[in-house]
Amino acid sequence: MKHQLDFEKPIIELQRKLEELKKHPAANDIDIKLDEEIRRIEEKIEETRKQIYSELTPWQRVQLARHPRRPYTIDYLKTVFNGFSELHGDRLYADDHAVVGGFAYLDQRKVMVMGTQKGRDTKENILRNFGSAHPEGYRKALRLMRLADKFRLPIITLIDTAGAYPGIGAEERHIAEAIAVNLREMVLLNVPIIAVVIGEGGSGGALGIGVADRVLIMENAYYSVISPEGCAAVLWKDRAAAAKAAEALKITPKDLHALGLVDGVVSEPIGGAHNDPEGAAASLKAQITLHLDEVAAFKDETRLKLRYEKYRAYGHFLEKPPVSAVEPQPLPATVI
Amino acid sequence: MATTTFVKKTLGLNKTEGTNKSPILKPESTFKKPKLGVSQSRKKDIPEGVWTKCPKCSAMLYDKELDENLKVCYHCHFHLPITARERIHSLVETCSFEEMDASMTSVDILQFTGVTSYVSKLEAYQNSTGLKDAVITGVGKLGRHRLALGVMDFTFLGGSMGSVVGEKLTRLIETATDKGLPLAIICTSGGARMYEGMFSLMQMAKTSAALAYHAKKKLPYISVLTHPTTAGVMASFATLGDLIIAEPGAMIGFAGPRVIKDTTQAELPPGFQTAEFLLDHGLIDAIVPRKELKEKLGFYLDFMSQSQSQDTAVA
Ligand SMILES: [Zn+2]
Repeated sequence: MKHQLDFEKPIIELQRKLEELKKHPAANDIDIKLDEEIRRIEEKIEETRKQIYSELTPWQRVQLARHPRRPYTIDYLKTVFNGFSELHGDRLYADDHAVVGGFAYLDQRKVMVMGTQKGRDTKENILRNFGSAHPEGYRKALRLMRLADKFRLPIITLIDTAGAYPGIGAEERHIAEAIAVNLREMVLLNVPIIAVVIGEGGSGGALGIGVADRVLIMENAYYSVISPEGCAAVLWKDRAAAAKAAEALKITPKDLHALGLVDGVVSEPIGGAHNDPEGAAASLKAQITLHLDEVAAFKDETRLKLRYEKYRAYGHFLEKPPVSAVEPQPLPATVI
Repeated sequence: MATTTFVKKTLGLNKTEGTNKSPILKPESTFKKPKLGVSQSRKKDIPEGVWTKCPKCSAMLYDKELDENLKVCYHCHFHLPITARERIHSLVETCSFEEMDASMTSVDILQFTGVTSYVSKLEAYQNSTGLKDAVITGVGKLGRHRLALGVMDFTFLGGSMGSVVGEKLTRLIETATDKGLPLAIICTSGGARMYEGMFSLMQMAKTSAALAYHAKKKLPYISVLTHPTTAGVMASFATLGDLIIAEPGAMIGFAGPRVIKDTTQAELPPGFQTAEFLLDHGLIDAIVPRKELKEKLGFYLDFMSQSQSQDTAVA
């Protein structure tokens, strides 16, 4: 099997055994024993899978998030949504294929959906730029969001990117500004916004379409301020320390949820979304619908206020003696 | 809020008028105010003292004069690093700056387990810089304008943005919004603070959200990009100014040049990610030399502050 991860090896080994047994039933004299053996191995596979997946390390989680057989944005556009109709271009420079977006139905509900898109093979990856958007991608996303705002369509964003593209053209066309403007503008959009990290949540590149009323993350995805490898290179001076960095950064859905940094975790079938894409899609659809129903029930003003307060509350710090509220007191003594 | 104490340094503000012989900066502005100045009697002043070598032209610069010249080389105009305190002093009227949240400090919320602990890093930088964290915020007067001013300091953990930087700036922005004040942030940062993980990333959203409401009230925000301004700060408040100003020669960008080179396997164009390059590529409104910044900010604010634009016409 292609793209196997190290920690999946025991499962794959068992699966191979099972295949072999099933392949040669005739060669075996005692059918009852064979059936028993097959059942035993199947049970063992299930058990092993449960075992492995219940004890995943943060670094293994990152590897799962990057699994090349994991469902991508376009896969979910077909399974979670229907009638997706792509809209192209930022009206400024180009159509960035690392970001796809357009009209779609979520059951009967009309929505605007968009997300970062990776490629599964070399050819597709060149088209999708490995899921790393240029400024055009962020500007296209904002254009579609404004369109949605104008016509009262809820916005759903799917995030799966290692990060915004670090390239010459991206810098020349001001990718930082494109992201920053999205952060500012998404706060003011009147329609409900749901963002879901479905795979990799790579830093500012993920946040650039990730400001929302509800931010969800799939069970085997991660969301981080820096890639574990990048963090390892800076703090450990060794990219090989990525596993340690992944742990220190607290980037797993469980940690993020415990820290209040995401609003919900979308559970995946045992063995991960790549093992059961339909199951993953069903789970994702249920969660998006649930949260969308909740935030759609608020008046616009209330929703915007709650959205602001949610981001406003992020941060931990210490304030010595008189803890002043937001309002600064007149200060007689400080002089510069 | 609390008071901070620090040694008041004379930076030559309003000291000498007119007789500035040093070959300072091409005058971009059409009018000249008192030069922020170099002392007139340079030769007499240099009996002894500490010297700094200009990183660009290698001239030996007498520290006292370098300070008076706002850390700009008085031979080649290279802009050396300036601390947040010095910067504030160079911009606001004496005794007008009321610092906010001076005692706010970072906490190791993730209990970050790395090569060195976050707590010991913080302590080391607090000791070496005399700062609590990488930004100073407050309200002061710049010329006739009351202004909410945030100044970052690269010497504190590379000006990285964690919860404290994000919170102090957000409170500053909210104060400006509530009180109807213009806002200026002098940026310098290596990006988000890794030690605070996703909390640091969320500061980008938090500060940008506060700016959304400041902008909605049609209040002016001027962002000043100084050397270096990159990554998470660049992808949030630094590029959201009504005006984006930069200091000459400042390195400004999103991704680091080495990362870009490694990713693209391409030669970087000459002057890539400098203030001048970005002026050329349309991001920056103007490059303003440090010594003209105060005057220029005042000039811009004259045009952008609704209440005061009327008086200006009369003057
Ligand atoms: Zn020099």
